[in-house]
This record gives sequence, structure tokens and C-alpha cells, in this order.
Amino acid sequence: MSNYSTNEFRSGLKVILDGDPCSILDNELVKPGKGQAFNRVKLRNLKTGRVLEKTFKSGEQLEAADVMDTDMQYLYNDGDFWCFMEPDTFEQHQATENAVGDALIWLSEQDTCVVTLFNGVPLSVTPPNHVELEIVETDPGLRGDTAQGGSKPAKLVTGAVVKVPLFLDQGEIIRVDTRTGEYQGRVSAK
Amino acid sequence: MEHLNQWQPGATMATLRQRSRALAKLRDFFQQRQIMEVDVPLLSRATVTDLNIDSIEARNANIVAYLQTSPEYFMKRLLASDSGDIYSLGKAFRDAESGRRHNPEFTLLEWYRCGWDEHQLMDEVAELIATFAPGIAVQRCSYADVFIQHLQVDPHLVDLTELQNLAVEAGSEAWADETRANCLDLLFSVLIEPKLDDGLVLVYDYPACQAALAKCAEDSQGRRISRRFEGFLNRVELANGYCELTDAVEQARRFAEDQRLRKLSEKTAVNADQLLLAAMQSGLPECAGVAMGVDRLLMQLQGADAIDQVMPFSWERC
Repeated sequence: MSNYSTNEFRSGLKVILDGDPCSILDNELVKPGKGQAFNRVKLRNLKTGRVLEKTFKSGEQLEAADVMDTDMQYLYNDGDFWCFMEPDTFEQHQATENAVGDALIWLSEQDTCVVTLFNGVPLSVTPPNHVELEIVETDPGLRGDTAQGGSKPAKLVTGAVVKVPLFLDQGEIIRVDTRTGEYQGRVSAK
Repeated sequence: MEHLNQWQPGATMATLRQRSRALAKLRDFFQQRQIMEVDVPLLSRATVTDLNIDSIEARNANIVAYLQTSPEYFMKRLLASDSGDIYSLGKAFRDAESGRRHNPEFTLLEWYRCGWDEHQLMDEVAELIATFAPGIAVQRCSYADVFIQHLQVDPHLVDLTELQNLAVEAGSEAWADETRANCLDLLFSVLIEPKLDDGLVLVYDYPACQAALAKCAEDSQGRRISRRFEGFLNRVELANGYCELTDAVEQARRFAEDQRLRKLSEKTAVNADQLLLAAMQSGLPECAGVAMGVDRLLMQLQGADAIDQVMPFSWERC
């Protein structure tokens, strides 16, 4: 793989730091008037999700990380692995529970997710920004209470629990923003 | 063609109007004090030898020339010609300095006071800032005091190995064999600057290894220091001043040392400015001088977090 120099660091670039793939979030040149230039770099460790800040001398290099975001269809979970397929090549990839991480509670079969591959192996899974899922468990709906605030927990078919308005019932399909875990609206009554 | 979105200025028209008023106010400040404005050349055959400042090269009639990184050398030639107190408000250029607080072309205010020392000049820096920010808190401390306060280490006496270890901890392995000056800069920028108080903080008595064009001396505790100061406005480096070196022989020695360091770091060679040396041989009056980043001053006054927001067109838009 090639190397990147600090002056090429920009948000989104994937590099290897201490053996782990990292995504650069921010790169700021620091240059005391009479002093040597260096770069304050914020990176997200793609394995742990942790954000760290490092200082590099201007001109220092990091190895590029073979990290690729690929749209894939979620197929099934066989108990140990979550199976994803590239829609164009039908190539299948097995993601560990670690890689699936927080996406777990949003995954329903056939959904298209972004699977991040590191050296060809799934490193992390990002669910669609919005998913439509059925409520499988919640307190009975309060009829007519469609306008006022107030909410209750509802368990969805994938296992996620979200706060929903009081009028919703079991069996209804709702739209949820997976980035915030917030209820967006009712899609349809079953 | 995303680049075409960049045709518009980075600053709003309201900001540009404030910028225009600020420039007028700066000129007014010096006019009231009867200091002469000088508009010295931006293009010269000579340039600075500083290890860490690179000039942008240009060409005139097939002769290599340089966009000036500050008006300092020309202003000193005027001082040596008995100009008396002078100021310059214009552009300066530094190669490859682009970032949130940097633009390769920026507006620099620089002024010299004959017969003054750096402490008198620090007073005037505070007065100038107060005309823009009345009642602003002003603090003064020596480099040693602020360094010891934050890092419990005396920057003048600590040995190089210990300094390098601290720098490696704050930065990366790349500092393991760095010079004293570069280690100090890293530690100051990363561990001290962000913790300075609000308002104007004037730090004086810089380490002798960072003297640049300041006189060197001993402080009250017998430590070798340079008579250089820096001003930080809300934790941002804003101004750099000296009790100016007037000794031509010492100046020639520092140029030679810069050239040695440039060679060591495999940087392009730069010739010493012989006309400056000739001026100093003829006699540079005792004086103190300071340079201040005007764009950064505007950033602080307007609460902008990027230099692009206070200038018509930053490098990204050029």
C-alpha cells in the first residue's frame, strides 16, 4: 500500500496507526511563527470506534489502510456470523458480532447496509439511516391521542427498543432513524 | 467542478466592512503617535534564512526573487537610514502555510520604536489591543514561569534528553532527536498555549535558542535568555517582538548558523541578506520591534474560527 504525508491528510482518509485502521476526522496545521510546523490530527480507530488526537511532524507519513465501504445486502445470521452479499458480484462476506456491533438491533433481512471491509474482511457495519420495522411489543395504544406529546417504549422486530407516541399499537410498522434511534413516523397499520 | 463554488469571498460583506474599519483604526493609532507608515517592497532578491520559514519564490527578468515573509529587513534598512519610528501594514507570504489559522498570504502589522526596550513595546501592544477590545485582561509572564507552571520543568536549564522525552510523549517518536528549539515549540504549542488565560497574554524572555533576531541577555536568575516576547490573544499566537539585535557581527553569525541548520535538514539554501548586514554595519539604532497578525486579530475580535472567514479570498479560493 502507499503512504500518505501529513499534507495529504484530510477528513475521511483511512490510514494505519499502531496496526489499527483509522479514519482521519480532522487535520490542523500548527505553525508557531518562528517554529517548526506540525499537524494536530484527530482520528477514529475503526476497530474500537474510539477518537484519538495525535501530533505529527509536518511531512511524517502513515501507511494507507485498505479500507473500503461497500453497499451490501444483509442475508441472514447463522448463529455465529452475519452474512452479507455484494449485489453486483453476489460475493458473500461473513461479519463477526464484533464487526456488526451496534448495527445488530437494526438489521432486517434484505436491507442494504454499508459494510466496511479492512483487507477484505468486514470491520464494521452501518445500517441504513432509516429503517421501517414492525412493533412487536408495546402497551396498548390510546385511541384518539394523536396530537399530544407523551411516549412509551416499543420493542421492534429486530430487538431495538424505541420511544414511540402513545397512540401506536403492536403490529404497526414505524420508521426509525438508526443514527439517533428516534421514531420518525408511522408507515402503515397492519 | 466543485471548485467553482469557491468564487465567492470567505468573509461576509459585514466582516469585510469591519476589516476595512480595523485597518483604518490601526493606521489611526500610529498616525496619532506620529509614527510614519512605510510601504516597503514585497518582492526582493533576498529573504530570511530562518530554518522554519520558507519563502515563496518568484522571478523578475529571470532573476530569482522572493515574496517577503515580513517587512523586517527593509524596515531595518530604513531605521539604519535614520527613519525614526516606523510601521508597515501590508501583506507577507510564507510558503505552504495553510490551515485554520494560516494562509500563505496574510496581512502583517509591524512597527519599530527607537530607543525603546521590549517591555515598553509590550505596553504599546496592550494599548493597541485595548483600542479594539476596551478593558481586555492583560497578563505578563516570563517564558520560564509559564513553562514551569504547566510542565514543572525549567525550559532554560532542562537537559536536551529530558526535553526530547517530553516531546516524544506530547508528539511522536519523530521528536526523539529534535533540536532544543523545536522540542520547546512543540511543548509550548501543544501543552501550554491551549491553557493560557483569556485576553492578552504577553510572554517574555524566550529561550536563548529561540532568539531569532532578538538580543540575548541573562535574566535575574542568571539564565541565558533572549529579549523576545510573544503576544497571545485568547490562546492564539498573535504577535512576536524583540529588543532588536543591532550587532552586525552577531547577525552574520546567526545567518551562518541558520544556513548550517537548513543544510542539516536538507532544506533549500538561502543566501544571507548582505544589504541588511551592510545596513547594520553602518549602524542600526537601538530599538524594539514587533509584528502582529492582523487576520488573526480580526478572527479573535469577531469570534471567527477560521482565517478564511475574515479575509476576502483565502488561498483555497485563489
